[in-house]
Amino acid sequence: MIAILDYGSGNLRSAQRAFETSGKEVVLTSDYDVALNADGLVVPGVGAFAACMQGLASVRGDQLVRERISLKRPTLGICVGMQILFARGVEHGDHEGVGVWDATAEKLQAPILPHMGWNTVSVGTGSSLFHGVENESFYFVHSYAVKKQVGAISTMAHHGEDFLAAVEDGAIAATQFHPEKSGDAGLHLIKNWTNSL
Amino acid sequence: MSLSVRIIPCLDVTDGRVVKGVNFTDLVDAGDPVEMASLYGHEGADELTFLDISASVAGRETTLDVVRKTAEQVFIPLTVGGGIRSVDDVDRLLRAGADKVSINTAALSRPELIAEIADRFGSQVLVLSVDARRARTDSGFEVTTHGGRESAGVDALAWVEKACALGVGEILLNSMDADGTRAGYDIGMISAVRAVSKVPLIASGGAGTLEDFASALDAGADALLAASVFHFGIHRIGDVKKYLSGHNYSVRNAHTV
Repeated sequence: MIAILDYGSGNLRSAQRAFETSGKEVVLTSDYDVALNADGLVVPGVGAFAACMQGLASVRGDQLVRERISLKRPTLGICVGMQILFARGVEHGDHEGVGVWDATAEKLQAPILPHMGWNTVSVGTGSSLFHGVENESFYFVHSYAVKKQVGAISTMAHHGEDFLAAVEDGAIAATQFHPEKSGDAGLHLIKNWTNSL
Repeated sequence: MSLSVRIIPCLDVTDGRVVKGVNFTDLVDAGDPVEMASLYGHEGADELTFLDISASVAGRETTLDVVRKTAEQVFIPLTVGGGIRSVDDVDRLLRAGADKVSINTAALSRPELIAEIADRFGSQVLVLSVDARRARTDSGFEVTTHGGRESAGVDALAWVEKACALGVGEILLNSMDADGTRAGYDIGMISAVRAVSKVPLIASGGAGTLEDFASALDAGADALLAASVFHFGIHRIGDVKKYLSGHNYSVRNAHTV
């Protein structure tokens, strides 16, 4: 069973449907134990870093993510749900994140922001998440990102400058783009993840 | 690696049905917005836009249903506009499955609405729809209401700058002079708006030939919205992408997985 963490963040309905196309059972939950014991946990996120982090804390999501990592249980962060996994975010002030990786989500230096639309990625060596969709485009909507490689496998993208598009690091993975909004390529990537559970 | 140009078909929906004739013979029900959305998704649309032109509360409720059903089947971004007057309206649409909303008249009458929506949901959900035409204002372009029939008494460039400062995440620029003519986008208007804004710009109104799409991109558009050329099958989305790709614009190839 896959749990999508429901902490008041945006459009979860289409995320649920997208993950259901993998054939797995998918629940939306804010219950700590359900989320802890799920085969896979998805941490979505839209809006500003601080608001997202506050929502996460309200369901003890920070503790939940750390506990799942220590138990080596697969967890996937999406968009701002990826950014809050880092040590810090500097959107509207300096905010502490969950701290899985020591990096900061910073504003992209690009002529047009948000970075909105379909972009290709440079897939990190050994990636299983991108298997079969290495040359596809994915849907991004964000103005902030981490600008260095972290964890075991870093997949990078470019908008004005290079930034981290996805990370795979043991049981935890994250994408800056929205796989649930990335058409067939996104559904393929989701299936790669659910097949690994 | 580069960001692709987005091709966005727009469907006018009232009481749960697509209006403006749609000319696809391969559809079981050409008036069903969910089926249309699904077809465009398969043809390679990069996003979809629904414009709700329902006049009644019941009609708007039906639109929520359409949004729900579409979001369950079509896994590309969906923008919904029309009749949005409050933060609660936005909340309902996002919960139903919309990824973005576009606002127009309500923002003109009460610009603070832009900041209220951006603060609550983030700028990325908010598209400012600007119906503009050529006029004797400071910039030479003015904002209109009532489908281009009336002047809003506001200079278009000044309005775009103000809305960007208030927190819109994207601009949908619809030329009311070019709308429906298929005589080409208003290139001068696109360049003028591009020059005063740093958020993504969607050009709308006037798409006719394949060259028109390229011209709008050259003028600074990041995305291209069209209705009738797609609905009437004058161009398929794949044809537009093939043309643009052949002229060295970056497009997303759907259906290679």
